[in-house]
Amino acid sequence: MTLSPYAPIVGLFALAAFFALFSVASARIAGPRRYNRAKLDAYECGIEPSPQPVGGGRFPIKFYLTAMLFIVFDIEIIFLYPWAVSFDQLGLFGFVEMVMFIGTVFIAYAYVWRRGGLDWD
Amino acid sequence: MTIKFPDIDYAAIAPLLIMFGVAALGVLVEAFVPKRARHLTQLVLALAGLVAALVVLVTQAETRVVTAGGAIAVDGPALFLQGSIIVLAIMAVLLIGERSLEKGGPFVAQAAITVGSEDDRRQAARADGATEVYPLATFAIFGMMLFVSANDLLTMFIALEVLSLPLYLMCALARRRRLVSQEAALKYFMLGAYASAFFLFGVALVYGFTASVQAAPGRMAGGVDFATIHAAATQSPANRALLFGGLAMIAIGLLFKAAAAPFHVWTPDVYQGAPTAVTGFMAACTKVAAFGALLRVLYVAFDGARWDFTPVLGAIAILTMLVGAVLSVTQTDLKRLLAYSSIANAGYLLVGVLAGVREGISSTMFYLVAYGFTVIAAFAVVTLVRDADGEATHLSRWAGLGRRSPVFAGVFTFILLAFAGIPLTSGFISKFAVFGAALDGGQTWLVIAGVITSMVLAFPYLRVVVMMWLSEPGESTPTIAVPGALTAAALVIGVAATLVLGVAPAPLLNLSDTAGQFIR
Repeated sequence: MTLSPYAPIVGLFALAAFFALFSVASARIAGPRRYNRAKLDAYECGIEPSPQPVGGGRFPIKFYLTAMLFIVFDIEIIFLYPWAVSFDQLGLFGFVEMVMFIGTVFIAYAYVWRRGGLDWD
Repeated sequence: MTIKFPDIDYAAIAPLLIMFGVAALGVLVEAFVPKRARHLTQLVLALAGLVAALVVLVTQAETRVVTAGGAIAVDGPALFLQGSIIVLAIMAVLLIGERSLEKGGPFVAQAAITVGSEDDRRQAARADGATEVYPLATFAIFGMMLFVSANDLLTMFIALEVLSLPLYLMCALARRRRLVSQEAALKYFMLGAYASAFFLFGVALVYGFTASVQAAPGRMAGGVDFATIHAAATQSPANRALLFGGLAMIAIGLLFKAAAAPFHVWTPDVYQGAPTAVTGFMAACTKVAAFGALLRVLYVAFDGARWDFTPVLGAIAILTMLVGAVLSVTQTDLKRLLAYSSIANAGYLLVGVLAGVREGISSTMFYLVAYGFTVIAAFAVVTLVRDADGEATHLSRWAGLGRRSPVFAGVFTFILLAFAGIPLTSGFISKFAVFGAALDGGQTWLVIAGVITSMVLAFPYLRVVVMMWLSEPGESTPTIAVPGALTAAALVIGVAATLVLGVAPAPLLNLSDTAGQFIR
C-alpha cells in the first residue's frame, strides 16, 4: 500500500496551518489597534459562555429549539431536492418512500406543535 | 442513467416496520390524546404493537433472506434475537406501565430540568403520570431489533444510535432521586457518544481496508457490508493493520453497550441511577441487542480473522468475568450488585461468543434469553421493596426480609440462585451450554476462568440470601409493596421462565440450535 494518494491531504493541512498562522500574525503586526468593547468580545454568537452568571447561569433555549427544528426541515429539503430532480426515473417507488419519509418528519413536527415548541413565550 | 431500486422484502422486515410504526404512533398519541387517557392508550398501544410484531415474526420463522439492498439480513439468529427482544420488552413494558406502587408512576416528563429547581420539584410532585417513556421505549426496541439484523456496518451504526439515544433519556426520567438519575443519564450519554465515535472510526478503517484489498481485481470501491468485509478479510493480504484497527474499534463500540470490562465503568452508576424498570429493560434487552450484533459482526464479517481476535477478546472476557465477580463481592447496594453481576454475565456471554463453533451462537442466544427473563424478574422485585423514600436498595435494608414477607424473599432467593447457576434453574443450563460450546471450540482457558469466577460470584448472591433469611427484621426494614397486576405479571413470567428453562430447556435449546445459522 503506497501513501502517495494521500500526499495532497498533507499539503492541504500545511496550507491550512500556514493560512491560520499568517492571518493571526499579519493582523497582529499590520493591523491598527483601536479596541472597544465589541472588539474584545469572544468571537461567538449566542450566549456569552463566560463569566457564568450568578445562580447556575440560566438562559433561554428558544433559539436553540428553533435552530434544531430548522435542521430537521433543512435535511428534509436536502433529500427532497435530488428526489424532485429525478422524479421521472424514481416513479412510484420513490414517491412512496418519500411520502413515508415526509410523514415521519411531520410526526415530529406535529409533536412539537402540539406540545408548545413553536410558542415563543 | 438508470437507477437501480433496492429489493425490499416487506414481509421479512414487517416486525421492524410494526415497531417503528408503533413508536411513531406513540409520539402522535403524546401530541393529540388528552392527558388522562394517555397512559392507558400508550400502554395498550405498546403492548399490542409488541404482540403484533411477535405474531408476524413467528409467521416469518422460515425466512432466510438478505433484503433492503443488502442492509438487513433476516436469518435464524436475527429472527431468534428479535423474538427474544420482543418478549423481554413485553415484560419491561409491563414494569414500566406499573402505576400502583407510586402515585403517577416512577417517571417524570422532562429529563433535563435543572435538579432542585422549582420546576423540577413541581414535576416530581405531579400526581398525573408522565407517558413520554413509552415512545422512547418503543423507539429503543425498534433500534435493538434493527441492530441484531443489520447486515452492514452503517445500518448497524444507525441502529446503535436509534437504540441508544432513547435509553440515555429514559435513564434521566426517575421521579425519585432526580440528581442521581440525571447523573446516570449524563454519564451514559457522554461515554456512549464516545463509544459510538470509536465504532464509526472503526467502520471508516474497515472501509479503507476493503477498498485497499478489493481495488485490484474487478471491484473499484470498498464497502462496509458484511459480505464484502468477509471476502476482503479471507484474502489474507499483506497488510492487515487497517482490518485489525477497524475491528478493534468496532469491538470497543459494541463491548461498551454489552458492558464488558474495561468498557464497563458506566454500568454501576447507570443501573443504579436509572428508574428500576428502565434498568431491567437495559439489563435484558440491550444485552440481547449488543451480543446479537457482536455475534453477527464476528461470525459473518470478520470470520476470516478469528485466529487473530480470539486471544484478545478472550482476555477481555476473562477480565470482564473477574471484574464483575470480584467487585460484586464488595457492593452494598442491590442495584449496583446486579450491575456488577450483569458485567460478569457479559463475560460468560463472551465465552459463548468466542467458542467459534455453531454451538457458540446457539448457546449464547439461549443464555441471553434465560438471563433476560431472570434479570427483569430481579429488578421487578427491587421495585417492590420500598419505604417512605421510594425503593430501599441498600443491602442492609434487605436484612430480615424473609421474616417479613416469605413469599417475595423466596422468589428473590430463587432468582439469586438462578444467577448463581444452581441446577434446576435456567442459570445452570445456560452456563452449562456456553461452557460446553467453548470446550467444543477448544477454548478451555476461558471455561476454566468462567468456572472459577462463577464460584466467586456465587458468594455475593448467597450473602444476600443469608441476610434475608437469617437476620431479624429491624425498625428500618422496609415493607414489600403489594405488586400491581402489571408487575405481578412480569414477575410471574420471569420466574416461571427461569424455572421452566431450568427444568425443561430442550424446546428452547432446539429452537436456538436450529436458528443458529447466519446467512451472508
